[in-house]
Amino acid sequence: MKFAVVVFPGSNSDHDAHYAVSHPLGEEARFVWHKDTSLGDADAVILPGGFAHGDYLRTGAIARFSPIMADVRRFADAGGPVLGICNGFQVLLEAGLLPGAMLRNDRLHFRCEFVNVRVEQNDTPFTAACRPGQRLLMPIAHGEGNYYADAAVLEQLERNRQVLFRYVNAAGEETRDANPNGSVRNIAGLCNEARNVVGLMPHPERAAELAVGGADGLVMLQSAVHWFTRRAPAAVAVARSSSLSA
Amino acid sequence: MRVRVFVTLKPSVFDPQGTTVAEALHTLGFGSVDGVRQGKYFELDIAASSPDEARQVATDAADKLLANPVIESYRVEVDSAGGSR
Amino acid sequence: MTTPDVSSDAVLERHGLTRDEFGKIVSMLGRQPTLTELGIFSVMWSEHCSYKSSRVHLKTLPTTGPRVLQGPGENAGAVDIGDGLAAVFKIESHNHPSFIEPYQGAATGVGGIIRDIFTMGARPIALLNSLRFGSLDNPLVRRNMAGVVAGIGGYGNSIGIPTVGGEIAFDESYTGNPLVNVFCLGISKADEIIKGVASGVGNAVFYVGSKTGRDGIHGATMASAEFDEKSAEKRPAVQVGDPFMEKLLLEACLEVMRTDALVGIQDMGAAGLTCSTCEMGARGGAGVEIDVALVPQRETGMTAYEIMLSESQERMLLVAKQGREAEVQAIFEKWDLHAVRIGVVTADGLLRVKDHGTVVAEIPNTALTDEAPLYRRPFTEPAYLKEAQQLSLAALGTPAPAADVFRRLLASPTVASKRWVYRQYDHVVGTNTMVMPGMGCGVVRIKDTRRALALSVDCNGRFVYLDPFVGAQLAVAEASRNVACAGGLPIGATNCLNFGNPQKPDIMWQFVKAVEGMGAACRALDIPITGGNVSLYNETDGRGGLPTPVLGIVGLIEDSSTVVRRLFQQDGDVVILLGESRPELGGSEYLKTMHGLVQGLPPALDLAREAALQRVLIAGAAQRLFKSAHDCAEGGVAVTLAECCFSGTPGVDADLAATAAEAGFGDIATLFGESASRAVVSVAAGREREALDLAGKDGVPAAVIGRVGGGRVRLSVGGRRVIDEAVDAAERIWDEAIASRFERTVA
Repeated sequence: MKFAVVVFPGSNSDHDAHYAVSHPLGEEARFVWHKDTSLGDADAVILPGGFAHGDYLRTGAIARFSPIMADVRRFADAGGPVLGICNGFQVLLEAGLLPGAMLRNDRLHFRCEFVNVRVEQNDTPFTAACRPGQRLLMPIAHGEGNYYADAAVLEQLERNRQVLFRYVNAAGEETRDANPNGSVRNIAGLCNEARNVVGLMPHPERAAELAVGGADGLVMLQSAVHWFTRRAPAAVAVARSSSLSA
Repeated sequence: MRVRVFVTLKPSVFDPQGTTVAEALHTLGFGSVDGVRQGKYFELDIAASSPDEARQVATDAADKLLANPVIESYRVEVDSAGGSR
Repeated sequence: MTTPDVSSDAVLERHGLTRDEFGKIVSMLGRQPTLTELGIFSVMWSEHCSYKSSRVHLKTLPTTGPRVLQGPGENAGAVDIGDGLAAVFKIESHNHPSFIEPYQGAATGVGGIIRDIFTMGARPIALLNSLRFGSLDNPLVRRNMAGVVAGIGGYGNSIGIPTVGGEIAFDESYTGNPLVNVFCLGISKADEIIKGVASGVGNAVFYVGSKTGRDGIHGATMASAEFDEKSAEKRPAVQVGDPFMEKLLLEACLEVMRTDALVGIQDMGAAGLTCSTCEMGARGGAGVEIDVALVPQRETGMTAYEIMLSESQERMLLVAKQGREAEVQAIFEKWDLHAVRIGVVTADGLLRVKDHGTVVAEIPNTALTDEAPLYRRPFTEPAYLKEAQQLSLAALGTPAPAADVFRRLLASPTVASKRWVYRQYDHVVGTNTMVMPGMGCGVVRIKDTRRALALSVDCNGRFVYLDPFVGAQLAVAEASRNVACAGGLPIGATNCLNFGNPQKPDIMWQFVKAVEGMGAACRALDIPITGGNVSLYNETDGRGGLPTPVLGIVGLIEDSSTVVRRLFQQDGDVVILLGESRPELGGSEYLKTMHGLVQGLPPALDLAREAALQRVLIAGAAQRLFKSAHDCAEGGVAVTLAECCFSGTPGVDADLAATAAEAGFGDIATLFGESASRAVVSVAAGREREALDLAGKDGVPAAVIGRVGGGRVRLSVGGRRVIDEAVDAAERIWDEAIASRFERTVA
């Protein structure tokens, strides 16, 4: 399975994502430069964490206009699995591929620590190998992870089961204290209506090996492989041919 | 032509930075400051043949890039070329 | 427009040059200098760039060894770590700017040290920092600290290099003199280290990075001067950093370096274009000629003087091999950077600066570097010393109960948890961090090898104040002991020497003795110093901070799976105290926190015993015998044992042999004395004999003192229980001490 890791100027977890895919996961990972116009024959796309364009103006605001984003959109529209991690999630929000927006953490400080999230839905390419309600311990590292959507959008998200991850404490409870950034309803990650584009603030690629803090995040990448080999060959072939012919 | 664009968070959006600034002002003795909203200010130098054209360019720029319509609203002010009104 | 008289007192004073130094300049040039030349001399001969007060003494430090690939003299040092790789590292200070503008001062300090590493061809993989502030009761200090921490995080996080460790200590003397020392480590291929050298007559000299503005002009001179009430006016001299630009530069430079198209490269740090040109020229035995009209500028009307002295950030100077210029430029263009040709390498050994073709400065490179003034400043033992070294415990009255002291020490900011701080640093990016902050010294793995590197920065300024020779040795011992606890063999050191005004004989004495002590310790422990930084004039209104020579040490762990952390692991594990405990309270946290005193002699240090302890710690880790290890430092063994329980671990029940101290201070000295060369380790039940034998073979005193478990911190002295605190309660005190000063509700 081939993962494309998009590199924007200022991405810094592109290497983390590439390593997590090629080493603990054992699949093929390749970098795709933001000025390229094609994802090639990628089976899945990762928009990694970092500070694309320095987070200037708003985080992700400039990256969404990168040439590669047109092909990312085509790939997503055709059902290809897309994972936006942290800054990548912010780019997907600015690009309109996911609903809502990001605000500054409510405590205003940048926050890096391991947090617990609860998996709410396991019918997406990146949660397919998870149990509903499963708790994953993964690190966050962000200053703007305070997810916001207005009441109408929130209602729709809940109705469509688009909320995939919520911040919880060690006991699995969704509390104020467990929320590191003030995001509405403790939302840590969500998917689009078609359920193939996923964004989350925590870093699964930084929780893929016990040696460096924990391996709870690996299951998200394994989910992609699981989904790809069991259900997706046809769908991904469509996505692939759609981007190659563009 | 100089055009100013003011971008602010929509009223419904919680603004922790504005709140923090207000609290700091209170600590400094500005008791009469009831509230603060923090936003962004852009100055665009636009080559345009009329204020209306400049306004349109700035509005398009705000729509496309300068403001995020999910959480921000904006207003545009054109500096009239030569002489104020 | 009249040109100021370069030889007038006023002009010389503004440039920080003495009349003697001016005379030297005239005789070196054979004429009066132009104003631009005067500016160039003023920054290159400043303390910060020339090390004129310290060079003589720094030469006595041990800087060689079989692993040393690059010693002092380049942008950073390098040691061989095996597998064809090198660890490239250095520590630098940005103290004065962090006092003037805390966020940008600290941020640009981080930016500067990162550039020093990647300019050598190494990809930076870890940052640490050593900070000093005044008392947190002071709102100005809190604001300063908040700004510094935010700045370090703002820059390091954005560029994507994890901050994996560090230390912070507090003392009123640092109130007007905060210290911000930043350490960076990078990895490169051992045979691909790039030097900052200009050579090859006719080779093109390129400038790449941010445009030059008026920031930081006279920054180097400012770093060499004390502050007074007029300091606030110096604000414009502080530079503003752009981590995004630096990230682009970093990636582009590393990519260019892989093509082998470079002769040399150096970042523009202190003294900007001036320093990089003449230093590269001097190292290559060549001349460098540039025209400032070609330098990209972001402000209008800049003079040659301003361009040469500007300290705008994120700029690099490089020399390309002939014929490969287009290749180099193309790589920079890919990253949306423009490498601009601004000059050429010549054969005449001169720094020649032109402005639109007219020569405005022409100085031999060596005059600015190797031939900079060298001072042997006079030094005398300070008057305060003998009295400060006297400590009468009897005069302190009856000591408070140990349990109260324990809580007070856990709440002391120097001892307390720094989580409020390191939570603002991305410590995970790069997926190399094996030991998270708060779990022991920083440890990063080296991908594609089985190795890891343990990193620590340490210094106890109180000890240095009370006895600079021993105090500096203790800093070396503490830093190397910390990496040994993780299982790392110390293989290289860098130092950041933070002192006051060297023109005062008692300050110079502190400096000289500290360097002597540091050298002796590094020799005894076989740790070469590969480079570092000197920051002098850390005084405000004539009052200085504690003398603070910080050591940054790199330890090599051959098998990363044997890394040892500091938390107790399991109920029933056996706790062992290694090393000898004596009733030593001189310079201790106890004395400072409970009695407001910095008094007495620092703990005695036997370097042979320290070396033996470190060998035992490293062996115990490699043999997977030690399940945890933590050294004894501020607050003594009581604090060490408590920290082994923070957080989420089963507690400890330990009984310590009493040390005999006068005047009823026996318990205090036993629990909170800061004797050197000690560590607390834990082993699986049944393996204590093995551990004691391992220690015994190397003559390291070792005693089983207790067991892990019980959910409480229970400490006894000579069988008598004196501390009995729930782990949760003790941890809360320790965890909230700093956070509560900054936040109304602690999260």
